[in-house]
Amino acid sequence: MSVFNVLGPIMIGPSSSHTAGAVKVGYLARSIFKDKLEKADIYLHGSFARTFKGHGTDRALVGGLLGFKPDDERIRDSLNIAKERGIEIEFHLSDLRGVHPNTAKMKLYGENKEMTIIGSSIGGSRIKIIQIDDYEVDFSGEMPTLWVLHKDEPGEVGIITSILGSYKLNIASMEVFRNKKGEVGSAIIELDHKVNDYVISHLKNMDDIYQVRYIEPF
Amino acid sequence: MHYNKIRELIEKAEKEDKKISQIVISEEMDEREIGREAVIDEMKENLKIMRESIEEGLIPGRKSATGLTGGEALTLQDSDTALTTPLYKKVIVKALAVAGVNACMGKVVAGPTAGASGIVPAVLLTLAEENEIEEEKLIDALFTAGGLGEIVSKKATLAGAAGGCQAECGVGSAMAAGAAVELLGGSPQQVGDAFALALKNLLGLVCDPVAGLVEVPCVKRNGFAASHALTAVNMALSGIQSVIPPDEVIQAMMEVGDLLPVSLKETSEAGLAKTETGQKIAEDLQDF
Repeated sequence: MSVFNVLGPIMIGPSSSHTAGAVKVGYLARSIFKDKLEKADIYLHGSFARTFKGHGTDRALVGGLLGFKPDDERIRDSLNIAKERGIEIEFHLSDLRGVHPNTAKMKLYGENKEMTIIGSSIGGSRIKIIQIDDYEVDFSGEMPTLWVLHKDEPGEVGIITSILGSYKLNIASMEVFRNKKGEVGSAIIELDHKVNDYVISHLKNMDDIYQVRYIEPF
Repeated sequence: MHYNKIRELIEKAEKEDKKISQIVISEEMDEREIGREAVIDEMKENLKIMRESIEEGLIPGRKSATGLTGGEALTLQDSDTALTTPLYKKVIVKALAVAGVNACMGKVVAGPTAGASGIVPAVLLTLAEENEIEEEKLIDALFTAGGLGEIVSKKATLAGAAGGCQAECGVGSAMAAGAAVELLGGSPQQVGDAFALALKNLLGLVCDPVAGLVEVPCVKRNGFAASHALTAVNMALSGIQSVIPPDEVIQAMMEVGDLLPVSLKETSEAGLAKTETGQKIAEDLQDF
């Protein structure tokens, strides 16, 4: 880890977990959703639900969804900025059950598109994304991350790792998940180095790879 | 940084006749595969934001969104209590200023957390100013502060929700104390002593914020924890040692943190949060 995780980050207060962490959750959700956001339903759980106003957790999540980083002073005004940009935001208090106390579920809507992303702020300003649609995932956004949906069949994961290897991209961690055998597999791959567009299109062009998302580190 | 113990950092520094900050800087360069200048520049940016947050915290009329805190730094600065030396007063004013900015959704450098962000800048910037220490050494000292905190984060925790406030303001005070000793020319051993002395005396500090917000007692506690660091610096520089070594104090902190009930770890279910006034504030803020 870096010394700047302890003396840092530079951030808008008041809380590493409830403000800076919440910005990161929103920011990662934006990277995963990728397309133009028209509407967001945000469900706040646990401590996020109880203390969001005093901590600015609502403004932080929306700031992240707008692409602001944790040190962006526009976070304070993010609810108005979202309105100006024509993005409809609604907050709901909810019990998501069995998740970290600082968790938000975001239902994101774009043109002909809907996606659900759940993220938790797990201490300091560290976070993790725990669910994307029906897929369980676990990544922090601290490293360059690929999320790949692929055909669930023997050798498919090997193909992905060989492609990455051929570009000298070292895998720091990898996690695969599927809802049903033989259907769609979801792979979360954290890498030591940033990934360029060329690698992403190579992966996308493979027959049995359905979707590739690259999430840049903060 | 690949070190897991403050002892290892001290030994390495002593063996190579270096300051702890130099070890922390080279570790950061190695780990992230970047040059010295890039690492130093990143800390310079931190220092710039620390200075700005102190200035912002002294602008009159600022209140937090809830109205619970704001203006404490100015109140103290404008007072003429003869109780403390100018140095102590300046340290406390800066700590209150930064913590106040944090409570107002202003920009701060978290260290080790946002709630404890006033302590390290208050101690180090004031000591550098008062002793006319050059910028370069001040930046080095910030690396020492960060390196000490990094070891706590590896071996224990920096989250109030996991360890109570000892893990936030306690560690912040210990980081500031250790780094201040290096800034003032103390040995690596004395850095470790100041760190251990400061943290030992804040073991068991609970996290019981009113209404769950980083305001009461957090803002004023930054002032206390900053002045507390100065006592540890004084002792360590005079040659007083900590009987319990720093790494064992960190371990003790984790054990105490585990033993603390959940109600005193950032859940606002006990302590100040459950006082008559604390509960009333929480109720008043319900519809806020």
